[in-house]
Amino acid sequence: MDINWQFIISTLPLYQKAAWITIKLGFWGTLLSLVIGLVCSIILYFRIKVLKELVGIYVELSRNTPLLIQLFFLYFGLTKIGITMSETTCAIIGLAFLGGSYMSEAFRSGIEAVSKTQIESGLSIGLSQMQLIRYVILPQAFAVTMPSLAANCIFLFKETSIVGAIAIAELMHVTQDVIGMYYQTFESLFMLVVAYLIIILPLSFLLTWLERKVRYAEFGN
Amino acid sequence: MQNLGINVLFEGTTLQRLFEGLMMTAGIAFISIIIGSLLGIGMGLLRTSKSRIVQFICRFYLEVFRIIPILVWLFIVYFGVTNALDIHLDGEIVAVIVFSLWGAAEMGDIVRGALESLPKHQIESGKAIGLSFWGLYRYVLIPQAVRRMLPGAINLSTRMVKTTSLVVMIGVIDVIKVGQQIIERSVIKVPTASFWVYGLIFILYFIICYPLSRLSKKLEEKWEN
Repeated sequence: MDINWQFIISTLPLYQKAAWITIKLGFWGTLLSLVIGLVCSIILYFRIKVLKELVGIYVELSRNTPLLIQLFFLYFGLTKIGITMSETTCAIIGLAFLGGSYMSEAFRSGIEAVSKTQIESGLSIGLSQMQLIRYVILPQAFAVTMPSLAANCIFLFKETSIVGAIAIAELMHVTQDVIGMYYQTFESLFMLVVAYLIIILPLSFLLTWLERKVRYAEFGN
Repeated sequence: MQNLGINVLFEGTTLQRLFEGLMMTAGIAFISIIIGSLLGIGMGLLRTSKSRIVQFICRFYLEVFRIIPILVWLFIVYFGVTNALDIHLDGEIVAVIVFSLWGAAEMGDIVRGALESLPKHQIESGKAIGLSFWGLYRYVLIPQAVRRMLPGAINLSTRMVKTTSLVVMIGVIDVIKVGQQIIERSVIKVPTASFWVYGLIFILYFIICYPLSRLSKKLEEKWEN
């Protein structure tokens, strides 16, 4: 099999641009889903009325439907009833909607893993509920949660491959275009895989390193 | 209020066609889950092997599927492999191949986790009362391992059902494609068609996946101890 290196070099700028878009979408999607997950898990922890039920419904809806359909509904469905947004906004909202529930589940299991004695000790030295969360529960929960947060991060970066379906020029979309235009199937698929490896492998190493770093906060293990 | 547009769902054979599309997706998911599980059990047994080479290969196989998105795999097989071997494969076949291989990798990890989590003394006790190799698996290991792997396996199944929505990207006429055709046909008459059709597909996927994830959670809680 002959690989057309010249072609690969000529498409480099195209893939570079697409990779940046993928990274940008993954980054904002992950960041927003962390915020959503944190807020949801705190609502569940305090058992706030009504909001708690809403979070429950949100988590089930988001976890049990495919991202592709969530995106299509956001992008093609909502515009028809008057809610219009750009492709990028739509993609980030879609990723955050999907990721938020996964992050919320991860945080929740982390909070549940904090031992009762820790919370009681916190209360007995007179910490307020907010202080308890800030100084006792979150640092410990975070250490326990880190592996699942890392897995969710990688999951979300991989899910960005789907947003090409709503016409964003990320890696998948560009590959589809290049195959369609030049019929250089091998070269474009090769570039696609390499691009994902370049994005996801360092991310995976970084997250493993972070996991080791935050382990100090784990108590009693 | 005039026509809400929801009528688009009840015109002619719309619902029936969407249902047929859904069955295509469900069929691909179902076949892949079966093949993936069978291969995965073998994979899981292999991964408990002492041989470092076998362990490395199995681990590599799993990571390859974990690092590269499934949509990329669908593309690689649909465009790349067919091109390299100069054969034609239908989107459906490609989907079943990719999902089965992915299922095997993930299922293998679940089976391995379940087998490794069994306490050593269970095997030793089994041997001590004189069970044969098969007896050991049949009466001691498999019943306990199934308990530990079932919640994870059901969860994997819901993930596979959700992921089959991607087959539309390699030209399979699934529920989304049917939805798109219906929208295209009725968009002039009913401008809000895409809202209702995609909304319905959203709910259809939820109806399939929600019971599965509930079941998995229930089993997890029930078998916690």
